[in-house]
Amino acid sequence: MNLNATFVAQMLVFFILGWFTMKFIWPPLMKALDERAKKIADGLAAAEKGNAALKDALVRFQKLEAEARIRAQEIVSQNEKRGLEIVEGAKAAAKAEGDRLIAAAKAEIESEMQRAKDALRSQVALLAVAGAEKILRREVNAQVHADLLAQLQQELR
Amino acid sequence: MASPEHAPNASEYITHHLTHLNTKAQGFIVDMSVLNIDTLFWSLAMGFITCFVLWRVAQRATAGVPGRFQAAIEMLVEMVNDQAKAIVHSAESRLFVAPLALTVFLWITLMNALDLLPVDLPHKIFAWTGLDSFIRYNRIVPTADLNGTFGMSLGVFVLMIYYNIKIKHLGGFIHELFCAPFGNKIWLYPFNLLLNLIEFIAKTVSLAMRLFGNMYAGELLFMLIALLGATATWWGFGMHLVAGAAWAIFHILIILLQAFIFMMLTLVYIGQAHEGH
Repeated sequence: MNLNATFVAQMLVFFILGWFTMKFIWPPLMKALDERAKKIADGLAAAEKGNAALKDALVRFQKLEAEARIRAQEIVSQNEKRGLEIVEGAKAAAKAEGDRLIAAAKAEIESEMQRAKDALRSQVALLAVAGAEKILRREVNAQVHADLLAQLQQELR
Repeated sequence: MASPEHAPNASEYITHHLTHLNTKAQGFIVDMSVLNIDTLFWSLAMGFITCFVLWRVAQRATAGVPGRFQAAIEMLVEMVNDQAKAIVHSAESRLFVAPLALTVFLWITLMNALDLLPVDLPHKIFAWTGLDSFIRYNRIVPTADLNGTFGMSLGVFVLMIYYNIKIKHLGGFIHELFCAPFGNKIWLYPFNLLLNLIEFIAKTVSLAMRLFGNMYAGELLFMLIALLGATATWWGFGMHLVAGAAWAIFHILIILLQAFIFMMLTLVYIGQAHEGH
């Protein structure tokens, strides 16, 4: 409990230690702490920005996706329509071709028939004339009855 | 040991442990020609360790991921800084006051912690190394010496006066000494001044006495516990072990608590110096 000069020395030490801490210890520590706080704050801000960008990208992506889907649907339906049109066209063309072929065949048949008829007619007329010639050989003069035969031929046509 | 002829009795043992290593024996209760070498040595040593450790950490401090030790120091710094911010409302003053509070806290903690060394260890070491021929006495705990605590509290007192004058200017400070807390009436001046003087003295003395009393009592108790072991009986040995361990564990709390209280009161007193009545 004795007081002596020690307390004066102790007081000086007190101030020297305080001064030393203020000069050499506190500032670098505070600087490190502040810098780290800033780093963390920056990191958090960057993360938030990244999150926002991601959300934006997602929205944009969804919009693009929806548009693409609609476009794809359009293209598919267009193609279906075009396919249908092509098929219809092909059908019509085929039908027309068929009709044409049938008509040609019919015409052929008709002309063939006509030709056969003509040949037959002339042959029948000849046969009739030959028959009649045989029957009428003697009595009938071919010269006399030629216009009669021509008339018959006319009637058979 | 005090005398080589016979083992010291209990009162000689305690007296020996409570005697300072000083420049000359102190006759009066206040004698400014005496210096306690042990108090000065150990407080300087602890102050040096505190500053050196903090300085090393501060030099290597990075803003990146801190190491464990840096993180521990940073926690302390943040704690002190938060307290300083809450108590001292002047950023300019805090540039000095906050670092001071940090150092005071760690310095007092280390000085108090010297109490946990076995009370006879330093003397034994001096005896083994032959240093005891001129280091006859050694009180290792600087905060168990009133000079140690009073020196620090006087430092706080000087800071109180300094900041009072700095913030309120000399005229304002003197005006406050005479006019607060009772009021600006001529017949109240003596009472105001008296109360203010008592307040300053009480703050300074109680700051010193609180720390000194706690550490002195702790030191004395360790000595008494050591006396149990000195009985050289099984009972004394057992009690030395049990009581010594119990008191040492409890003393950890006192060491940190007293250091924290001293730091907080330093901040509070300096903070009050910034505020007008």
